[in-house]
Amino acid sequence: MTLTNRATYLFVIIGVLYLSVGVLESWSLALTILNDGLIAAIMALGVNMMWGYAGLFNIGIAGFFSLGGLAVVLVSAPINHEAWSAGTVQILFALAAGVAIVAASVRTVQRGQSGWPRALVLAGLAVAGVMLFKLVYLPATESVEAINPAAAGNIGGLGLPVPFAWLVGAGLAAGAAWMVARISLRLRSDYLAIATLGIGQIIISVQKNEDWLDRGVKDIYDISHWPVPDAVALQQADWFLSLAQRFGFDLQSGSTIAVNLAFATMTALVLGFILFLAELSLKSPWGRMMRAIRDNETAAGAMGKDVRKRHLQIFVLGSAVVGIAGALFVMFHGIFSPRSFDDPLRYTFLIWAMVILGGSGNNWGAVLGALVVMLIWIQAEYLGPLVLQVATGPLSDGPLKAHLIDSAVQMRLPLVGIVLIAVLRFSPRGLIPERGSK
Amino acid sequence: MDLLNALVALLNYVLIPATSYAAQLSLGALGVTLVYGILRFSNFAHGDTLAFGTAVTILCTWALQSVGISAGPLPTALIALPFGILATSALLLATDRLVYRFHRKSKAPPVRLVIVSMGVMFVFNGLTRFIIGVKDRSFVDGERFVISAAQFKAMTGLQEGLTLRTTTVITVLTAICVVAALFWFMNKTWTGRAMRAFSDNEDLALLSGVDPERVVKITWLIVAALATIAGVLYGLDKSFKPYTYFQLLLPIFAASVVGGLGNPLGAIGGGIVVAFSEVGLTYAWTKVAGYILPASLMPEGLLQLVAIEYKFAISFIILVAVLLFRPTGLFSGKSL
Repeated sequence: MTLTNRATYLFVIIGVLYLSVGVLESWSLALTILNDGLIAAIMALGVNMMWGYAGLFNIGIAGFFSLGGLAVVLVSAPINHEAWSAGTVQILFALAAGVAIVAASVRTVQRGQSGWPRALVLAGLAVAGVMLFKLVYLPATESVEAINPAAAGNIGGLGLPVPFAWLVGAGLAAGAAWMVARISLRLRSDYLAIATLGIGQIIISVQKNEDWLDRGVKDIYDISHWPVPDAVALQQADWFLSLAQRFGFDLQSGSTIAVNLAFATMTALVLGFILFLAELSLKSPWGRMMRAIRDNETAAGAMGKDVRKRHLQIFVLGSAVVGIAGALFVMFHGIFSPRSFDDPLRYTFLIWAMVILGGSGNNWGAVLGALVVMLIWIQAEYLGPLVLQVATGPLSDGPLKAHLIDSAVQMRLPLVGIVLIAVLRFSPRGLIPERGSK
Repeated sequence: MDLLNALVALLNYVLIPATSYAAQLSLGALGVTLVYGILRFSNFAHGDTLAFGTAVTILCTWALQSVGISAGPLPTALIALPFGILATSALLLATDRLVYRFHRKSKAPPVRLVIVSMGVMFVFNGLTRFIIGVKDRSFVDGERFVISAAQFKAMTGLQEGLTLRTTTVITVLTAICVVAALFWFMNKTWTGRAMRAFSDNEDLALLSGVDPERVVKITWLIVAALATIAGVLYGLDKSFKPYTYFQLLLPIFAASVVGGLGNPLGAIGGGIVVAFSEVGLTYAWTKVAGYILPASLMPEGLLQLVAIEYKFAISFIILVAVLLFRPTGLFSGKSL
């Protein structure tokens, strides 16, 4: 866990930048950026595992991220007894049976027998699948969605504390990643990229359209962020009131800042833990093997390393880390909105920009890149219109000026793009290069 | 009679929309495949190139409309199209000079160029949103139908109407002309042959005196024209929204990969496969089945195989299936 001097300086600089946002603009903005940045840093660590350690090109991470968010809903929402008696059991049965049918079909195809018996078995399985879907799954989902559709209409959750969702989120993402990897890891780099992009979109569109699962585009609010205290509860706590009196800060903004600070601490702890494990694994024989495979698959294979198995392993691990980030993200924002995840630029390519900027293959680099890019991304949203306001000062008021100022928010996209292009042009190894790379 | 009605419904709801979608996808996929063949990377900025070209064309259309120029029964956008192509060509050539050329000269690995194209995607995406905003826009004008449903019913006396929209006819005709011109260029002119030689074997082409920078420039010019035409045709047929165009990347990639990356003929074949599967699988076949099947055999429900929300899944599944069973695509492209 040693840092080079260069990396330490860079972290100090970015720290000063965050502090200056706090001093010059507002502390709650600085803390919001910090929280989003830390969550993105966890995600970037996941991407760095796949890309930096193993050279796997996964641009479907938005999907795995949203699965982590879904886990929060499924774990922490109160148990919906009505839905359980109405159809949750049937839905779960149908899904399990569906998986069994798919597995059986794959088995049948892999067995290698050809001709009529196989075709008959496959046709039978297909018919069974359609029957299952029509007779069990659809009626069950309809009856669940009919329960109190204005406020719920979904299966609810398990009523467990939110932090369990980190594990479940990691598990969901890992499970999905395992299935994806089984299908598409055989593909070459840019084909793999395109395939994962498709998978990510499919995962998100399932969440957008299956109302019984998560209310789809109707979103889920009021997500608890235990163990971080609630801002409203904090405003009524005696110790907080006396603290506010002694230091003379405003109760409203003070409680928001306290909550954000507590959340940032928690996220930083999670990030630190994952970073610790990631660094440890990178230095272990396993990490050396991963890099050897990345640098020369053929040679590593010749040395007896099972390249495909290792790729599968790292793909699943990296996606699980991305899933944890998704769970934290939904906890932090207190809302689960599958629609908002349907933005690969923000939830996939932005993260990639972070990893590339920080230095592929270097975990500290991924964290630094995340903090830098998130700062640029959110600051550009606030400062862009301001800058254009000044730049268009000489212009007379009119539709052109209004349009320019309205569109200024979009300037953050080219800004990130230019950063990415510039890094690849002038310093392709990133801000903190991987040690030992040439 | 019922059989005829079923046929008309099939034409109206499946074959005609799928044909025009196939034409748009094929033009888009040709751009991806040309970049892959000549510059040897998958261009993630292609969807946003379509969006940029279309956005400029829309702006020119508005300018033309405001001074009272129109193309009569045809959409005004067709007059504005050349301006869109010019602007997109300028943009792509500038991008190549400023961004891609360095990596090409330094023989960077293809994956790095792919990531560079992601950066370019961000820039183009922001640029498009900056000049035209994020809203959904429709810019079609002129005569809407060649044959409207009512006319068709009056003409044939059938129960089922057939609509032939002007934009559909324009899309298909333009696509045929563009593809014919492209193939003529690639096969009959010296430059086109130089491009194919460069794509097949770079070293041999260099040895025979092909100027690589010239080939690259011409490729970008053709890609700009193809992308703008594809984007404008798609926008005329449906509507223009930057985000939708960004999402078109997936079916476009699917089309070019299914046909075999680097193979122009494959891009067209792939576009047809992807478009017909997407439309055919997401269409509710109830109406067609209603004419053919007797009432007693008529199944309940929509007879829709895949919900429209999951149309990405179709591109994706075709893509993965083809890659697993025929890794170089149906029409054997390159495998770099």
